[in-house]
Amino acid sequence: MSILSPAIVESLPYLLSGVFTTLGLVILALGLGLVMGIPMALIQVYGPAPLQYCVRTYIWIFRGLPILVLLFLFYFGIFPLLAPDIAAFWIAAVVLGFRTAAYQSEIFRGAILSISEGQMLAARSLGMSRFYAIRTVILPQALRRALPGWTNEYPILLTDSSVCYAIGVAELLTRGNQIVARIGDPMTVYVIVAILFILLNYGGQWIFGRIENRYKIPGYGHGDA
Amino acid sequence: MVMHKMTDGEIILRVEDIHKCYGETEVLKGVSFDVRRGETKVFIGPSGTGKSTLLRCINQLTIPDSGSIWLNDEEVTHAGPLINHFRQKIGMVFQNFNLFDHLTAIGNVEIALIRVKGMSKADARKKALEELGQVGLLDKANAYPAELSGGQAQRLSIARALAMDPEVILFDEPTSSLDPELTREVLEVMKRLARAGMTMLVVTHEMGFALSVANEILFMEHGKIVEKGSPSEIQTSPTFARTRMFLGTFQDD
Repeated sequence: MSILSPAIVESLPYLLSGVFTTLGLVILALGLGLVMGIPMALIQVYGPAPLQYCVRTYIWIFRGLPILVLLFLFYFGIFPLLAPDIAAFWIAAVVLGFRTAAYQSEIFRGAILSISEGQMLAARSLGMSRFYAIRTVILPQALRRALPGWTNEYPILLTDSSVCYAIGVAELLTRGNQIVARIGDPMTVYVIVAILFILLNYGGQWIFGRIENRYKIPGYGHGDA
Repeated sequence: MVMHKMTDGEIILRVEDIHKCYGETEVLKGVSFDVRRGETKVFIGPSGTGKSTLLRCINQLTIPDSGSIWLNDEEVTHAGPLINHFRQKIGMVFQNFNLFDHLTAIGNVEIALIRVKGMSKADARKKALEELGQVGLLDKANAYPAELSGGQAQRLSIARALAMDPEVILFDEPTSSLDPELTREVLEVMKRLARAGMTMLVVTHEMGFALSVANEILFMEHGKIVEKGSPSEIQTSPTFARTRMFLGTFQDD
């Protein structure tokens, strides 16, 4: 480790543990976005008009506001009123999750709309209720189609998560900043931070590639054509 | 000479004065007929005369504006959530198959048995294999719809409908998207079904099939049944000549 100064080597464990914070934020947000995004997409396609309106308004707000504004709004405004003792990490996870939910619901909505009407007709003609038809026929196909677009949310969240330094979440960039403040050498520190982000990105891509392969079915690819 | 099966079964389906408008266009202008058990009725007529809409009204995939449908003296129209119960007894085969693309052939047949009929997985599998055998697709049980030819896909969708043990099956132009060779393959299965006593309502342009299999042929035009009769009766009618001209060719069977 001759190219790294002893001070930096010493700070590495502290920086590296930021990987877990960043990854934790991203995974929680992705999960929250998934759990919220699918029902929101279903409401938009199949739901009653008032609920559709609510979902559209939600999406409009959470896609329309800068992420930093959302973070400050929740960190300084909403959470102090609701739950003053909650850690910044959780607030950040919720904000990122709410935001990606808005994007994810549009990804799922597009995928659901891409399933031909005939699938629903066939399911209903067999005596399936609308609910069952959605669950057993529409969603399994729509989720497969949504996967490539959905995996986009991972690198987006990963890179967006660094903004959470603004409310003091001890993620990668925050820790990098702290180390620079303590020992200087910003070039080396930020290069290491950048490498860590790239590795996280690559790892995620690899996992999502595996998932896509695992659920691949004939007729959904374009083969050799 | 082709033998026509007897049609003295009891009336199981009654269609009474069905009207349906799409916007300003009245697609069905009061259609009525009865269907006896074991009977094959074939609907023929120019495109856009409401034949497919009529079939969809029977299982309520399209809700008619007025009129009523009765299955075994139970009203299918205005059934509310009970419609799912009636649809199990009214099978449907679609022009473009509408197979579930994410499921294998056997999965397509099983799914409603398990999810709708509440059969155990083992029983559903057994029943599904039986039906796949009926339509000659046992060797394709694990193939996905995308891996099937059009003829195989349509035979699979017939097996899917058959598995529910329906009282009647509605065929909505089942061969219109198939070439002549594949059409023959599907019509063979349908003929066998008809002769085995399945009650069938078929919308088709296949005159040969209609003449050799139907107990009754119904001509539809502008949302109405303009003429009906047995194949031998209908062959002498002026409507028949007109329809033949419309269809362009007369396919001898």
